[in-house]
Amino acid sequence: MSFLKVMPAALENLREITIPFAEGVIETLSAGDMVGLSGSLYTGRDQTHRRLCALLEEGRELPVDLAGQLLYYVGPTPARPGQVIGSAGPTTSYRMDPYTPQLLELGLKATLGKGKRSRPVREAMLKHGAIYLATIAGAGALLSKSITRAEVVAFEDGGPEALFRFEVERFPAVVINDLAGRDFYEICAAAR
Amino acid sequence: MKIIETPQITETVREMAIEAACDLEPDILEGLVQARDRETSPLARDLLDLLLVNADIASREQMPVCQDTGVSVAFVSIGRELIVDGDPEAAVQEGIRQGYEEGYLRKSVCDPLTRKNTGTNTPAVVHLESHSGDDLRILYLPKGCGSENMSRLRMLPPSAGIEGVVDFICETVFAAGPNPCPPLVVGVGIGGTFEKAALLAKRSLFRPLGEHHHRRDVAELESAILTRLNREGQGVEGMGGSNTALAVNIEVFPSHIASLPVAVNIQCHAHRHKERTLAGRDWSGQSESQG
Repeated sequence: MSFLKVMPAALENLREITIPFAEGVIETLSAGDMVGLSGSLYTGRDQTHRRLCALLEEGRELPVDLAGQLLYYVGPTPARPGQVIGSAGPTTSYRMDPYTPQLLELGLKATLGKGKRSRPVREAMLKHGAIYLATIAGAGALLSKSITRAEVVAFEDGGPEALFRFEVERFPAVVINDLAGRDFYEICAAAR
Repeated sequence: MKIIETPQITETVREMAIEAACDLEPDILEGLVQARDRETSPLARDLLDLLLVNADIASREQMPVCQDTGVSVAFVSIGRELIVDGDPEAAVQEGIRQGYEEGYLRKSVCDPLTRKNTGTNTPAVVHLESHSGDDLRILYLPKGCGSENMSRLRMLPPSAGIEGVVDFICETVFAAGPNPCPPLVVGVGIGGTFEKAALLAKRSLFRPLGEHHHRRDVAELESAILTRLNREGQGVEGMGGSNTALAVNIEVFPSHIASLPVAVNIQCHAHRHKERTLAGRDWSGQSESQG
């Protein structure tokens, strides 16, 4: 692909990580680590979360098993004919904070978005051994190049708020919250 | 007098919606290049490089720069020597509907209570205005809401003074941190009333990057706030460096003696904005439809 000719070095030195995470991998990731994620993930944003948690409250089964998975906060633009997906960058994560602890209890291992998480979410992540990553905000066209397959698996009527399954290759991300309780945004702010 | 038919407005808005989503304006690209060139943090410089690569891919492949193709905001000013043959607001709404469908843009507008998506990205937020002249001017901004959500308005007491205004603007940006996708364009409305301040803040976002307010004291305030944001702010994407904001645009309007409203409208680095002027054709004074 032609864009690779101008790809900055930042994307060439990523630590390759397979998702869902193999046993023991999350423990080796630290706040600030730049990773390239390859494998499969699920997506969801505001209404996706509301609907998942509504199902849980009704005691019903979720359309996907989130145990061990990574959940990417994204509402992509529609794919043009011949495209895998449209623009597909991260949405702001704090809006998912009210729902996240419930999903972590199901064994969700990582979330991916942009921006800060709440204190309760950070505590829930520590309790359940989960991490939070961010990817490049406002770079949805670039990030779409790392998505090799996309299919809607639930809530199709939600349009951009459907739950997708993506296959990704070297999807760039940075670890924000690690298992030691560190926060990369706080580290960056303290370094000023 | 001149006359313009509404299909021309619809077609123009349709084009603007698609172009705005996929092609960043030259002033924003230049602003990102300048930010990259003066950036001292290696990570922030890499991130700015990636944003430029993203803009390049988006333009070449006509794929939206950002998946949040926004809630559509249009300021439409109709010359007082121009007759619009039909409903200008409906023409704009139809242009948005067509552009979002044909441009493969994300439909992000929903009922605020039920959260049910309208499926068309309409209604757009349309502000109709008038001016002296015989043309029709459209300012268009698809507003992403990661940044819109970080915006704030406060009714300050006059005793807060300029210092209070500056503190409120800076606090708003610092509290937002990485959430609104910095480097930002910070739109500020000072004065007027509750709604006027918000409108001034939104309107200020259309000012070309690098231009300052014509009033010297306001321009100096813009520069001083920008310097402070970039010195104390969280930097590119909240990950450090010296580029928390690309610009601070302030608009002012006289306020009540008891009041000092300040609105801060936060805009992300994917600052998509378009401007078009449509000329009408000569009108003889006789409505053709009555022919």
